Amino acid sequence: MTRGEPIIELQDVELAFGDKIVLSGLSLRVPAGMITCIIGLSGSGKSTTLRLINGLRLPQRGRVIVKGADVCGLSPAELIALRRSIGFAFQFAALFDSLTIGDNVALPLRENTSMSDEEITATVRETLESVGLADSVDRLPAELSGGMMKRAGFARAVVTKPEIVLFDEPTSGLDPIVTHLLTNIIIDINRRLGATVVVVSHDMQSVYQMADRVALLFEGAIIAEGTVEEIRSSDNPIVQQFLQGRDQGPIPL
Amino acid sequence: MNALESVGRATLRFLEYAGGLAALAADTAGYIVRLRVRVVEMINQAYLLGTQSNVIVLLTSLFTGMVISLESAVQAVQYGFGNVVGGAVAYGTVRELGPMLTAVVVAGRAGAAIAAEIGSMTVTEQVEALEALGLSPTRMLVVPRLLGLLLTLPVLTVFADIVSVGGGMWVAQAVANISPQDYLTSVRQTINMTDVAKGLLKTLIFAAIIVLIGSYQGLTTRGGAAGVGKSTTGSVVLAIILIFIANFTMSFLLFR
Repeated sequence: MTRGEPIIELQDVELAFGDKIVLSGLSLRVPAGMITCIIGLSGSGKSTTLRLINGLRLPQRGRVIVKGADVCGLSPAELIALRRSIGFAFQFAALFDSLTIGDNVALPLRENTSMSDEEITATVRETLESVGLADSVDRLPAELSGGMMKRAGFARAVVTKPEIVLFDEPTSGLDPIVTHLLTNIIIDINRRLGATVVVVSHDMQSVYQMADRVALLFEGAIIAEGTVEEIRSSDNPIVQQFLQGRDQGPIPL
Repeated sequence: MNALESVGRATLRFLEYAGGLAALAADTAGYIVRLRVRVVEMINQAYLLGTQSNVIVLLTSLFTGMVISLESAVQAVQYGFGNVVGGAVAYGTVRELGPMLTAVVVAGRAGAAIAAEIGSMTVTEQVEALEALGLSPTRMLVVPRLLGLLLTLPVLTVFADIVSVGGGMWVAQAVANISPQDYLTSVRQTINMTDVAKGLLKTLIFAAIIVLIGSYQGLTTRGGAAGVGKSTTGSVVLAIILIFIANFTMSFLLFR
């Protein structure tokens, strides 16, 4: 798929948990090979949108098309194959706490590929080096700081060199220096692997630094979409209130 | 109307739970039949869930055998039936108490551990991370635990039976002067290998109950640390109740 062509399409998606409507008429096109950032208020359904893309959630209405296939129509085996082609970095890393960092990163290679132990060891070391954690192969997740855990989560998400990588709040709760470091790692993953990257965040500095495209999710739908410049110059009062972080405006608090 | 609603909701919750548990059991069986098994992890779980339960199982069995013997030996000797004490202890132990008590103790220890570990993984998104990597939580977490306990629970039960009967023999000699020879003769005359095999057959069902309930409780955990505590308690309570029900049902079918 050539850069810029839509690799992910969400069409008029609706999703509710019980009585709570989370997504209502959400439509979004994610271009291949670019970094798309989904921004929005806490609890607005950003993380749920990521889970729709790799089929961890299925919509009650609408379509989610990833690499030309409708996620809702996939067989269990096809869904597993799709998930293996998508890396997912969780907000709190979700590292397996009984495994070392090396084993966490090696797990998808051991289970999903036919690589030899030597190849796996080399690939894990190379991947951990790319996120600055080469010295942490034998450490347990509990022995790492928050930023290091996130980087280990990044390494696990990209170790199989997936076509698409999803990042859920990659910089939340971190200091500005680590935030800058993680943002650069995401940009590097996009450039080095040529991966399509979708980032959910409300850290606007980080979004401005890395995004090719930005989409604002509000009340279950995308209400603004474009490049960073287009979003920043939007005359939509909701967009402006969100970007400026004002408590006065059309967004109900 | 409220009462009817409550009954309706409770029925739906029960059906949802039973359906989810059945789906998990079918999924687990599917992986085992297709030999999609992580052998190293299975051995690890056999050690953690089974082997590490041996001290508590053996102690429980020892004192159970001793107390049965204590209660029966003196009375039996008084009425001239001292020669059946060994048989009475062995009969109750091999067919009923050995398998059931071992399972109850393992449900308390290993079943709680399964629910707590998988529950913690669920609330910290580790189970979701497995799914995101294209890995089945059933294959990764449930299958190794089930096979590990299916391997070790019968072995634990055999040791529990031996220790229980042995403890009974010691007490029978100490309090009622029943010689070990008379005691063991009675044991041999009362039970046979079919009894032992039927008792061990029960343990396979008990192992499945302990692991499937613990795993399902863990996988459906919601709500952080409090949720993990609730799942763990629920796992032990439900597994013990089901072990008692299954024990009665199987005794009815096997020994009638």
